[in-house]
Amino acid sequence: MLETIWFALWGVLWAVYFMLDGFDLGAGALLPFLAKNEEEKRYVYHSMGPFWDGNEVWLITAGGVTFAAFPTAYAVMFSSLYSALMLILFCLIIRGVALEYRSKVESHGWREGWDMLLFISSALPALLFGVAFANIFQGIPIDAQGIYRGTLFTLLNPYGLLGGLLFLCLFLYHGALWLGIKTGGELEQRSRRYAKVLWVPLLILAVAFLVATWFATNLYQNYLTYPVLWILPALAVAGLLATRLFLQQGAAWKSWFASSAVVVGATLFGVAGLYPNLLPSSIDPAASLTVTNASSSPLTLKIMLVVALIMVPVVIAYQVWVYYIFRHEVSPEDLAYEEGY
Amino acid sequence: MEVLILSRLQFAAATFFHFLFVPLTLGLSILVAIMETKWVRSGDDEYKRMAKFWGKLFIINFALGVVTGITLEFQFGTNWSRYSAYVGDIFGSLLAIEATLAFFLESTFIAVWIFGWERISPKLHCVAIWLVAGAGTLSAYWIIAANAWMQHPVGFVMRNGRAELANFFDVITQRFAVIEFVHTVSGAYILAGFFVMGISAYHLLKKREVSFFTKSFRIALVFALVFSLFEVVQGHFNGGEVATAQPSKLAAMESHWKTQKMAPMYLLQIPRLSGEGNLIEWIPIPGALSILAYGDPNAVVKGLSDFKAEDRPPVFLTFVAFRTMVGLGMLFALLTIWGFLIRKKLVDNPKYLRIMLLAIPLPYIANEAGWMVAEVGRQPWIVWGLMRTSDAVSPVDPTQVAVSLIAFVLFYSLLGVVAFWLMARFAKKGPAPLPAQG
Ligand code: HDD
Ligand code: HEM
Ligand code: HEM
Repeated sequence: MLETIWFALWGVLWAVYFMLDGFDLGAGALLPFLAKNEEEKRYVYHSMGPFWDGNEVWLITAGGVTFAAFPTAYAVMFSSLYSALMLILFCLIIRGVALEYRSKVESHGWREGWDMLLFISSALPALLFGVAFANIFQGIPIDAQGIYRGTLFTLLNPYGLLGGLLFLCLFLYHGALWLGIKTGGELEQRSRRYAKVLWVPLLILAVAFLVATWFATNLYQNYLTYPVLWILPALAVAGLLATRLFLQQGAAWKSWFASSAVVVGATLFGVAGLYPNLLPSSIDPAASLTVTNASSSPLTLKIMLVVALIMVPVVIAYQVWVYYIFRHEVSPEDLAYEEGY
Repeated sequence: MEVLILSRLQFAAATFFHFLFVPLTLGLSILVAIMETKWVRSGDDEYKRMAKFWGKLFIINFALGVVTGITLEFQFGTNWSRYSAYVGDIFGSLLAIEATLAFFLESTFIAVWIFGWERISPKLHCVAIWLVAGAGTLSAYWIIAANAWMQHPVGFVMRNGRAELANFFDVITQRFAVIEFVHTVSGAYILAGFFVMGISAYHLLKKREVSFFTKSFRIALVFALVFSLFEVVQGHFNGGEVATAQPSKLAAMESHWKTQKMAPMYLLQIPRLSGEGNLIEWIPIPGALSILAYGDPNAVVKGLSDFKAEDRPPVFLTFVAFRTMVGLGMLFALLTIWGFLIRKKLVDNPKYLRIMLLAIPLPYIANEAGWMVAEVGRQPWIVWGLMRTSDAVSPVDPTQVAVSLIAFVLFYSLLGVVAFWLMARFAKKGPAPLPAQG
């Protein structure tokens, strides 16, 4: 029971992480295309300014919880995905530094350089997270000793790549909507146009992914057994339609919330299908890591649950407060700030 | 074997790099908070300029502390997967709790501080920086409790082929954790104090912004003085703790080979690079080691010869690092006492100011040396007495680790250069004038 609760929390943490960091990864990846001049670029940077670091901590927590609640899965998953994770890590390092350092020096070359790095280090993790999760859904070649029998390229199979493209496109869309909220004038209009364009491939990729999942994974097994779970993909699909509708009406926030529902629904769709596996083995079903054979002791799970039940609501409360005080459009006064970006 | 060496190097590179930035984050956040509090209390805008100037250096430093920390958290899984599976039940929960309790707080409120000057009231803004400072200290406690558990595992049972939690309270409140925490955090505060004093000295030597930098210097001086004195006394108890809990580490720290009563310390001592004995042992102080370790000149101190070779840590590194740290610790105490005596006439003492400017790197060295003692001295164990480092490493392909190690070293060197260059640039530029209304 405890293991199942933790499995659900684990899925929720990843979903929240993708929902939050998704928009700033997307915005960073859109930077070279959307922003036409120095001022617009700084608007893009400022649109993420007060949020990205707090968003990234959801990743650290999701990683930490994997370690704490399912240590064996953490061990096997992270060592199996070694190269992919290292790439993500390097990107996250570059991104953080690019955001903080880019505007600290008034030099064209310096800024162009960081802009390029921000673009790469935003787009690549979006893609790689998708590849990694699609591979987890599908199962990876691990043997009974928990040793990975593949290479980085094993992960770049068609289903994995489809997952990667879906994530990338989803984050770009989510980011474009965010920029539509946080900026004004031309940049706002351009962001919305981009979002409208991006929605089409997003829809195609989403449908393709749902279909491919049927053939490439066992995820639907749980849906056939427990039909109530259909709520999750339904949430994603409803969000996908609603977000376009709101976009048409010019309801920026609503449209962004709907696209958040897509991110959360899509992640939970995969996670719910995975249960009770955390990491299925594609070569030996008995070697799969499950909530029972990979979890921590009941005592650890209980203590962690108490901490999570107290702290997570507190974290959500103050993060909501921060979103609230910085909800306004970025203004020229914000750019004039010395400490800012 | 290859994976082991490469992973150790990579872990060492990543932690050392992380700890280049962490201590300044821990200490400078408090100094900035003190300055901002003075501004809110007195309304004197000079303090606001101070908070902003030192705050900007803080942010540049903070960014690297954050991004390098993420690497560490993931490395347990990527490079030490066997370790993670073996002790994750205990160790993992400490890291997860650190993130939920401290990292969220720290990274959310630093953003409020950076972007909130005009959006929230000065009081609330000041609370934000105190929250950042508090969260940093909190995060240090949890990570050090995790490290202390590796040094001195308690509160667990062996079950299902791994270490499982038996008593959470014991794990987070054990003496070793408290002592290690106090010592590390004080080291961090010393570093921040010297950083602020050094940069202030630079400007005072040029007689620029004299009032601004004299005030900054004095705040930092008091801070550094208190913790430098404290550290020397407290470090002694730290040694006593090690003597009881990790006798082979103590023996390596002192390169002490022969088990004996009245164990001496030597004023000049050089261990052989190869291990096995000392090259030079001059001017013994009889009984000094016995007293320092156990508070009793007649206590027996076990020597390295009585440990099996495969149970001994690398002696040379541990020894040199320990002497370096202790020597610097004494120096910091002297320098801050000197400064305190002349605090009223700093500008008239260019010699002192010049020394303090040159002293900026020293606490960095002391801090890294301290970790070297603690971590290298712990070898060959990853968890003392429970798991050897060689059994902890991930079963991954060595080329992967080799590539990531090279990438880390190159990439971190570059980042380090950029970060310190930026800090130096802003430090030299001095504080900006406040905009018209303030
Ligand atoms: C919570 C755990 C933890 C914490 C707070 C630290 N370390 Fe550590 N350290 C480890 C956990 C660890 C480890 C995972 O246990 C390693 C990897 C291999 C080993 O033996 O221990 C290790 C090894 C290790 C080594 C290599 C020793 C060797 O292989 O001979 C060095 C030099 C450091 N560490 C340095 C540091 C520094 C500079 C730290 C300051 C941030 C630090 N450690 C904090
Ligand atoms: C080897 C074990 C360590 C791990 C796994 C680790 C993990 C982390 C992580 C994930 C971050 C980024 C947090 C963020 O994004 O906000 C971080 C930053 C930081 N760590 Fe570490 N750390 C380690 C060692 C230490 C030690 C020994 C200390 C203090 C004594 C420390 C104190 C800090 C501080 C003050 C920061 C600065 C920024 C922040 O917290 O956001 N860390 N660490
Ligand atoms: C002057 C007397 C000092 C003594 C006797 C002393 C003693 C010690 C001892 C025995 C350890 C090893 C503890 C272990 O293995 O767990 C240690 C570790 C350490 N020292 Fe010192 N120390 C002194 C000064 C300093 C100073 C001035 C700094 C930094 C500015 C510093 C920073 C550290 C750090 C960061 C560690 C690693 C963390 C820890 O184990 O607490 N020390 N010290």
